[in-house]
Amino acid sequence: MKTLYITGGRVIDPSRNYDQTADLLIEDGIIKKVEKGMKPPSDGEVIDADGLVVTPGLVDMHVHLRDPGQEYKEDINSGTRAAAAGGFTSVAAMPNTDPVTDDPSMIRYAFDKAANTPARVYPMGAVTRGQEGKELAELGRMKKAGAVAFSDDGKPVVDGMMMRNALQYAMGLDALVIVHEEDPALAARGMMHEGTVSSVLGLKGIPSAAEEAMLSRDLLILKITGGKMHVAHVSTAGSVEMLRRAKKEGLNVTAEVTPHHLLLTDRMVKNSGYSTNTKVNPPLRAERDRQALWEGLLDGTIDAIASDHAPHHPDDKDMEYDFAPFGIAGLETTLPLMLDEVNSERVKEFTLPVLVDRLSTGPARILQLDSGTLKEGSTADLTILDLNRSYIVDPDSWHSKSRNTPFAGRRLLGAPVYTIVGGRVTMKEGVLTE
Amino acid sequence: MQTLRRKDILGLEEMSAEEITLILETARSMREIMQRKIKKVPTLRGRSVLNLFYEPSTRTKASFELAQKYMSSDAVSVAGTSSSLVKGETLKDTVRNVEVMGVECVIMRHPVSGSAHYLARNVEASVINAGDGMHEHPTQGLLDMFTIFENKGRLEELKVVIVGDIRHSRVARSNLWGLQKMGAEVAVAGPPTLMPPDLDVFGVKHFTSIEEAVADADVVMALRLQKERQESGFFPSMREYAETYGLNARRLEHTKEDLLIMHPGPINRGIELSSDLADGPRSVIMDQVAAGVAVRMALLYLLLGGTKE
Repeated sequence: MKTLYITGGRVIDPSRNYDQTADLLIEDGIIKKVEKGMKPPSDGEVIDADGLVVTPGLVDMHVHLRDPGQEYKEDINSGTRAAAAGGFTSVAAMPNTDPVTDDPSMIRYAFDKAANTPARVYPMGAVTRGQEGKELAELGRMKKAGAVAFSDDGKPVVDGMMMRNALQYAMGLDALVIVHEEDPALAARGMMHEGTVSSVLGLKGIPSAAEEAMLSRDLLILKITGGKMHVAHVSTAGSVEMLRRAKKEGLNVTAEVTPHHLLLTDRMVKNSGYSTNTKVNPPLRAERDRQALWEGLLDGTIDAIASDHAPHHPDDKDMEYDFAPFGIAGLETTLPLMLDEVNSERVKEFTLPVLVDRLSTGPARILQLDSGTLKEGSTADLTILDLNRSYIVDPDSWHSKSRNTPFAGRRLLGAPVYTIVGGRVTMKEGVLTE
Repeated sequence: MQTLRRKDILGLEEMSAEEITLILETARSMREIMQRKIKKVPTLRGRSVLNLFYEPSTRTKASFELAQKYMSSDAVSVAGTSSSLVKGETLKDTVRNVEVMGVECVIMRHPVSGSAHYLARNVEASVINAGDGMHEHPTQGLLDMFTIFENKGRLEELKVVIVGDIRHSRVARSNLWGLQKMGAEVAVAGPPTLMPPDLDVFGVKHFTSIEEAVADADVVMALRLQKERQESGFFPSMREYAETYGLNARRLEHTKEDLLIMHPGPINRGIELSSDLADGPRSVIMDQVAAGVAVRMALLYLLLGGTKE
């Protein structure tokens, strides 16, 4: 029997509103006991968590691992190493691979390749075959193979009838559909948020209405179909308001927000002198959107924080603004950025328990994973973090193959110190253990 | 004479009124050189310049090339189509290659907004933006201001109206910033679809009626209307545009007698500007073209002159 004993940490478990100093006993990858002043076991590994915070393993429910097809940008190995380094025990991988993950063999490919990685991978399947929006993909067979959700992320399901069928059919499978809300005609191949900054910079704008129009349509469809829908990377004030109302009406909808939408605005495009690391879809919005996203995150309208980790090779981003691909890599910055927000008290109600809920319990609940909790008897996926550790965003030291972040050089306070997957330490003090 | 304390000329938004004044004053002495029989000074002898044009250009390219010759610099011109761009080489690699051949200043026109910023960050050579996407065309803005100043004797408190497709125009953006810094009052006019979103950021008034906009104007500047904007649905037809927003003698009937009529070229005659106006006594369009050479000579001088000798 393998025993792990974590002693003296502040244990935060949002799944049962638990927040106190306690010890944890883990046996054979299962949480056996969470108790104050537990007697240490006679043998096994001990982690002294005095002054540290012990939380359920963090779940990043929106990452792009680029595997198969674009392994030069990232692969399942490098992506999960980045995840573990960033404090995540699990990631949900978007299916916009090449070829698209739209059949059970591709789901199995991801599971096989992630069998011994330092973080768990939960593959998602495409909603439509090839993500082309024309024919429904085999949702049922992929679900059987283990797909945790279905999404055409990267693009919207443009055809309203197809979306209706997808939601309705998925309901029969108790499957979750994750939507990327963007009306392509309104987005009009824009490069950044449409507003004062895009006008000054002469970059084509993506109006907030591009997201809101599609979200509004999908909420109306959800009303007639039932089923459950999760909204990826919410970015506008109008979307937050619509989601708040939809939840009040009792629609089965959840939503996530990224750290970059919470922390940056379109001004960054200008201040960085058109740095392509600010090019992301949905785009960095205006200050009032950013404020609204925080309000939504705090009042529960937004259930999860997800990185939308979109790794690109440095060469791909080293171009003129229009030619560079969209995307920000976030696996290794999300937790430190959010911990720094807790430390700074810039947003008063954003406390550590809220952070843990949105980065672990929330996403685990949405994806119905056996994690996001420290309940006795559950799988021992844990993250241990240090609120007082300083962290500098240095892409050159990343485990990810990518470097694309607008946060490079930021000095933050708060970082993960242990990532524990099924009772196995995969990251210790920033170093991967295997 | 003073020099500019900056490596690059990327746009007028970031430039001060003092800098603009220095450039315009320098341009005046450059124009004097142009009026000589032998239009050549040795000022930039032994200095190398690259003209890199990823978009077709007649006026701007000829203007830069002549400015370079009049200043005795050595220049090479590379056009987007004949360059290695079509072979898939990145902009950065292209310019770095030319840089090690000794080029100290790169003049670039590029269809992507911000590409001049990108280039400036990546090379040691000075970069002069000869138009980047819909962002800025600072040398055009400067030559327009020079032309107005030469004809009116001042820029302060002049009422300038820019008519047409402001939304997609780098010429408009450079003029909006530059003219206002120099104390002019700027308004824009044209259909709302051709205005940039959140126009207020530029601090200018917007008119949809041309007659109203030009009523007390000192300068009216028409912009070239691109046919592809019609295809993208920004307005219904060239004919309707000409009838509603085109500048012609009838529409300018009740305007100041000494109104200046300007156009950055090339003109769609009869669309945004009628021929009688373009070729008439109030037109300073040819002045603009001549001013272009003087302004570009001034910029080359101020960026390269005497700094590394």
